[in-house]
Amino acid sequence: MRSSTVEIIRPKQKADQDVVVVARAVYEHPFIVRLCHWLNTIALFVMVGSGLQIFRAFPSFGAKIPERDLIQWPRQFAIGGWLGGALQWHLTFMWIYLGTGLLYIGYQIFSGNYRQVLFTHRDVPGVWPMVKHYFFLGTKPPLREVYNPLQKQAYTAAIILGALSVVTGFAVWKPVQFSWLAWMMGGFHYARMWHFAVMWAILFFVLGHLVMVTLHGWKNFVSMLTGWKEDPEYEA
Amino acid sequence: MNDNRKTDEQQFRRVSRRELLKLMPALALGVFAIPPLQKKLLKQGLHFSDWDARLMFRKGHLAPTFTDADVVPFEKFPINDYDVDDPGLDLDEWTLKVSGMVQKPGEYRLPQIQALPRIRQNTRHICVEGWDVIGRFGGARLSDFLSLIGADPTAGFVTVHCADDYYESLDVATARHPQTLLCYEMYDQLLTREHGAPVRLQIPTKIGYKQAKYLTELKVTPVLDKVGYWEDQGYAWFYGL
Repeated sequence: MRSSTVEIIRPKQKADQDVVVVARAVYEHPFIVRLCHWLNTIALFVMVGSGLQIFRAFPSFGAKIPERDLIQWPRQFAIGGWLGGALQWHLTFMWIYLGTGLLYIGYQIFSGNYRQVLFTHRDVPGVWPMVKHYFFLGTKPPLREVYNPLQKQAYTAAIILGALSVVTGFAVWKPVQFSWLAWMMGGFHYARMWHFAVMWAILFFVLGHLVMVTLHGWKNFVSMLTGWKEDPEYEA
Repeated sequence: MNDNRKTDEQQFRRVSRRELLKLMPALALGVFAIPPLQKKLLKQGLHFSDWDARLMFRKGHLAPTFTDADVVPFEKFPINDYDVDDPGLDLDEWTLKVSGMVQKPGEYRLPQIQALPRIRQNTRHICVEGWDVIGRFGGARLSDFLSLIGADPTAGFVTVHCADDYYESLDVATARHPQTLLCYEMYDQLLTREHGAPVRLQIPTKIGYKQAKYLTELKVTPVLDKVGYWEDQGYAWFYGL
């Protein structure tokens, strides 16, 4: 039933009545995509929460002596209770985070479903009109696909950020075995900084994502649960 | 896009519900919210990562070394301990008690360790807390010392005990790594008390808490009987960098 469209009908009630088409629905998100989305959501939540608890142990990117703390991150917004507990969460959920990421990317490539979301040069001209529209400076460009160019850009960037969070994370966790990776980032010291920066970039995406999901309503949200979107705003 | 099919409303609701139910396996992660299971699962997760870390360890792969210009000044090298900076060892009477699967057990004195080839290396020390510092260390290779005491090559682990009751253990592959030192020097001077005098472990391929200070006993064992102070609090055992 991939990327198929159906018309939802109400059957004849009486012999003289016609079949009524009550809605149109498009199957937007295949099962694997939805499963990875939600598992990754949970994993990301744990990775950020435990990561911030880990950061609390040395909330700085400078020298240890003298230590100048960047920020005192509150314990209430962290997971694990203490450094050792947070490391357990972080080193457990990183496999779920990585696993769902790899499964998602593998599925997208092998199923061809990546075409509906991968940002390419063809999408470039469509980005600016969408941005203008969201800032009330233009009419909504006509849509013919599941994702508009700005969405494709955001989701493609999110996957790249996800990959970067894993790569920088490995450089922090294994700066000797992956010394070339750490070296590319300027050594362990800077790898830790990059890892932190990538987390904030991902959180920035999540914030935008949540705002957009809220603005676009229930039907849009349901499509990430059932796969089906009723009466999409585009002609599929 | 493709075929426009027609589905009646009820059928569509059924299909939607089935698609929703297919996501139920994701709720299995909820077991992490059940306290007794949570503890066990997180321990398993940590062990899995540690097992993975052990697979990634390469015997011949060296940790990066640095020039003297990259080394932090001695007074800016942090001092970390779990109990006291100075456990009050009598440095003149100090010996390292060697036992376990070795041909020559007994008490070894500092000059015997210093008689082994001296290695000096500028390497990065990384604390589990997140800070790191490049220091200059000197000492004997632990592998040379293991040869000196006639350690059984089939033994899997090296366990150390410290004057401050700290304890740690190493896999033999790390113990025999060419950069793993029985360190008795920092910045070309004998170790000071707060840095672990007279002898500490210095292991550039491991996280900081594995690098025990004020060593008093060294045991070569076939199985891991005592793991490590911080490991017993919930940290990873292998934690190879």
